[in-house]
Amino acid sequence: MCATCGCDQPGMVKITNVRDMLFPQTHTHAHHHEHGDHNHHHSHEHHHLTEQPLKRTQIDLEMDILHKNNLLAERNRGYFAAKDITAFNLVSSPGSGKTALLECTLRDLGKELDFFVIEGDQQTTNDADRIAQYHVPVIQINTGRGCHLDSTMVWDALTDLKPKNNSVVFIENIGNLVCPSMFDLGENKRVVIISVTEGEDKPLKYPDMFAGSQVCIINKIDLLPYLKFDLPKLKEYARRINPNLHFIELSCSSGEGLDQWYAWLNNELKTASRNELVSS
Amino acid sequence: MHELSIVLSIVDAAEEQARKHEAKAVERIDLEIGNLAGVDEHALEFAWQVGVKNTMLEKANIEIHKVKGWAQCADCESEFEVKDLFDPCPICGEHLIKIMQGREMKIQSITLLN
Repeated sequence: MCATCGCDQPGMVKITNVRDMLFPQTHTHAHHHEHGDHNHHHSHEHHHLTEQPLKRTQIDLEMDILHKNNLLAERNRGYFAAKDITAFNLVSSPGSGKTALLECTLRDLGKELDFFVIEGDQQTTNDADRIAQYHVPVIQINTGRGCHLDSTMVWDALTDLKPKNNSVVFIENIGNLVCPSMFDLGENKRVVIISVTEGEDKPLKYPDMFAGSQVCIINKIDLLPYLKFDLPKLKEYARRINPNLHFIELSCSSGEGLDQWYAWLNNELKTASRNELVSS
Repeated sequence: MHELSIVLSIVDAAEEQARKHEAKAVERIDLEIGNLAGVDEHALEFAWQVGVKNTMLEKANIEIHKVKGWAQCADCESEFEVKDLFDPCPICGEHLIKIMQGREMKIQSITLLN
């Protein structure tokens, strides 16, 4: 069965290396992979009345339901740590500006830092195509009908992407403020993006995402004069859920506030490398 | 609809145990789901119907044991029940609270038929 929507088709997660699509003379890595352990083993033995009654055994598991995802997320985290990579998981509703923020970042910091990008969408390689314009290695994960990325998909993408040591990996999750909040991908930090064209009460409506993020980007602030958007209220609502959430207000169109995002990003990279030194 | 991913994770874990113990089927599964875990019970039940088809859990009963959300205020240290992540401390009104219980999402036990 499909891992994402429950249809009877096998898993349809598709991982595309956009570099290979742009240079088709090289062999293509695009492949369908059946996601995880899909092979359900069916018991076809029938119990007949004449047989012995079935024996009942209770097994105490006390195991986290997402144990497997969490375990694989830790593997990703270990991979990042071993290669001094700092990884960010970008989450938001569709259309809040995740890809635009990445484009600005790659354009402005692309000369100083090595970036690698994993794009998650249900369909199309549109976002990966946009990123590839900045000459940054990018992998597109298409989840078919799936509503979130999980740690296995990210691992599969990483094995294809092969990020360099000391680089920055951005993982752009599926545009969805609900499901991605439950799935640890092994990232160092989770960045939630909200745009001022959305309601200021989004944090109250979708608390899990704001609870699990460390930084909140408020995008499209150039539109504030035209909107009835209560910015202090948004922050107050978000702080009710996560008092430690750090806010950065910016506009990817006008460029206002991007310097704060870059300062935060650079500080995170320094912190990550300092932690590596301490632990080594 | 992450509830389907949750169901499929349960199916994977339970079938692994069933195979290990050479069981014929899974009769019952006991889950512990916290009120703050972000799992919608109706969506989970719906996903269950779909997710267990053609598996060893097809006829299994699912028992969901709910766990109340419980928090401690970081300011006044009082402990109280929380229904939502944004609930303030009922004593001092602060939002700086530490969730102590209610995020559980566990398989407590499975009952196998041999």
